[in-house]
Amino acid sequence: MKKIWKFRFYYYLALPGLIYFFIFHYIPMGGALIAFKDISPFDGLEGFFDAPWVGLKHFERFTSSVYFYDVIENTIIISGLKILFGFPAPIIFALLLNEVLRMSLKRVMQTISYLPHFISWVVTAGMITALLATSGGLITETINDFTGSNINFLGNKDYFVSILVTSHVWKTIGWSSIIYLAAMSSIDPALYESARIDGANRLQMAWHITLPSISFVIVIMFLFEIGHLLDAGFEQILLLYSPGVYKVADIIDTFVYREGLLALKYSFAAAVGLFKAVIAFVLLYTANKLANKLGQTGLW
Amino acid sequence: MKSYYRTETFWNYIIVGILLILTLSFLLPFIIVLSTSFISEAEWARRGGHVLYPQKISMTAYDILFGKSYVLFNAYQVTFLRVTLGTFSNLVFTTTLAYALAQRDLPYRIPLTFFVFFTMVFNGGLIPQFLLVDFLNLRNTIFALFVPMLVNGWYFLIMRNFFMNIPKDLIDAAIIDGASPFKILTSVVLPLSMPVLATIGLFYAVYHWNEWFYASIYITDNEHKPMQIILRGLLNQATMEGVDNISFREEPPPAASLKSALIIFSTVPILVVYPFVQRYFVKGIMVGGVKG
Repeated sequence: MKKIWKFRFYYYLALPGLIYFFIFHYIPMGGALIAFKDISPFDGLEGFFDAPWVGLKHFERFTSSVYFYDVIENTIIISGLKILFGFPAPIIFALLLNEVLRMSLKRVMQTISYLPHFISWVVTAGMITALLATSGGLITETINDFTGSNINFLGNKDYFVSILVTSHVWKTIGWSSIIYLAAMSSIDPALYESARIDGANRLQMAWHITLPSISFVIVIMFLFEIGHLLDAGFEQILLLYSPGVYKVADIIDTFVYREGLLALKYSFAAAVGLFKAVIAFVLLYTANKLANKLGQTGLW
Repeated sequence: MKSYYRTETFWNYIIVGILLILTLSFLLPFIIVLSTSFISEAEWARRGGHVLYPQKISMTAYDILFGKSYVLFNAYQVTFLRVTLGTFSNLVFTTTLAYALAQRDLPYRIPLTFFVFFTMVFNGGLIPQFLLVDFLNLRNTIFALFVPMLVNGWYFLIMRNFFMNIPKDLIDAAIIDGASPFKILTSVVLPLSMPVLATIGLFYAVYHWNEWFYASIYITDNEHKPMQIILRGLLNQATMEGVDNISFREEPPPAASLKSALIIFSTVPILVVYPFVQRYFVKGIMVGGVKG
């Protein structure tokens, strides 16, 4: 007790932040119990205690609904493709930048590559929509000139996911490369020096020195991606999709949003959200444990 | 000849060439948007969307946006208020919590830190969050735009790591001089932490400037809509009727150029600032050793 009193200043300091986490994170965790109740759309949380318990009704409705497989499948496919293309891209980008000898040129290209990261998804989606507009869109019109067919890219199930993946890579490649470039800058130059004396060329040096030296960072970042597998890009999809492409574009998060906040099925949507949160917890927790085991600090 | 393809110069050109194409692809969408914003109705109709650069610069779209719209002005004000108020409270709450939990001898430090960690791996989901904000009557107030996101777990960790790495000698010296914990925080720790405070502050500020989703669910009343909401609404419709008080002259600009002007209008502050501040961002990522 004495020790706690001695540290009272620090407890006072921590208090506002802890209260914030309690109210805005722990209360919603308790609030997720509405998934096991039937909450009325008019009362919201006020009707929490009066609402009847219904057990697993909403979960069963979700798992037996026609949307269940689509939504899960879309989430994993979109997220998986984003990892497949979006994960190696910044590593390759960093490897290429690392080979640029003119420092000023390297810095300019790096700075420009960060630009998309600073732009909101609303603006990015606006630009995508403008470029792909069926009339007057630069990309659509150019393709039209060559092939004579006017394609509605954003409304087409065959193209929609590719647009998501491409814009994701475009937006993240530069920013994600920072961490790899940082790791590369701490490689001992003596390693390259001795390799050069042994007659290694640049490709060999990149393969045998640079890549192994950053492999730890690569593994940590990969685990991070896996931990977030169920986050397939909520805001991006919400801003770009339309009913015509729901079949391939609807992910768990967008489904929760529509069912909960548009159709006002609070309890059902909360059940779907909780379903996701539990799986995400297992993924994140495992990824973090693995990262910790690999050494040093891990994701935390 | 065999050696030519192996020479450093050859590969330098290939690598720089690939990188230049990539770099151009980052810039191109912005160049197109900028050009489109300067285009007149006649030229747009004549060229049918094949616009990399305008042949004649028309400022009509900007005249309309600057001069006539109360909606945009108000949205800018809301966003400005959100960014300043939000970033300030974010920094206060994050710094105090991070500094307290950076004290290695603090009793119950581990469980308290876990209390924060846990929220990073598990959450109640969108619906309970929304219902809570609704229950607290925060909807359609400026508070809905920053109170529910006061402390970001990652930024908390970056700051805590930074504070933990401040050399203990500096603190000990201040204690010997008889400084109170409050004095140590304000006159030793905070001055040393300016770079990390600037970085995290900028992270938060960009977040508030760009954030759209939570604003879209918490704010339904036009008076309190931040710029991204208005932007989204206008970009999403075919015509530009939503910008009120617009009286068109003889030759109205095409919807495409008004939309582009709107994008430029809302993005220019970021475009102007980011080349100068990105260095802090990069440093911040290094300090935390984590991804922003």
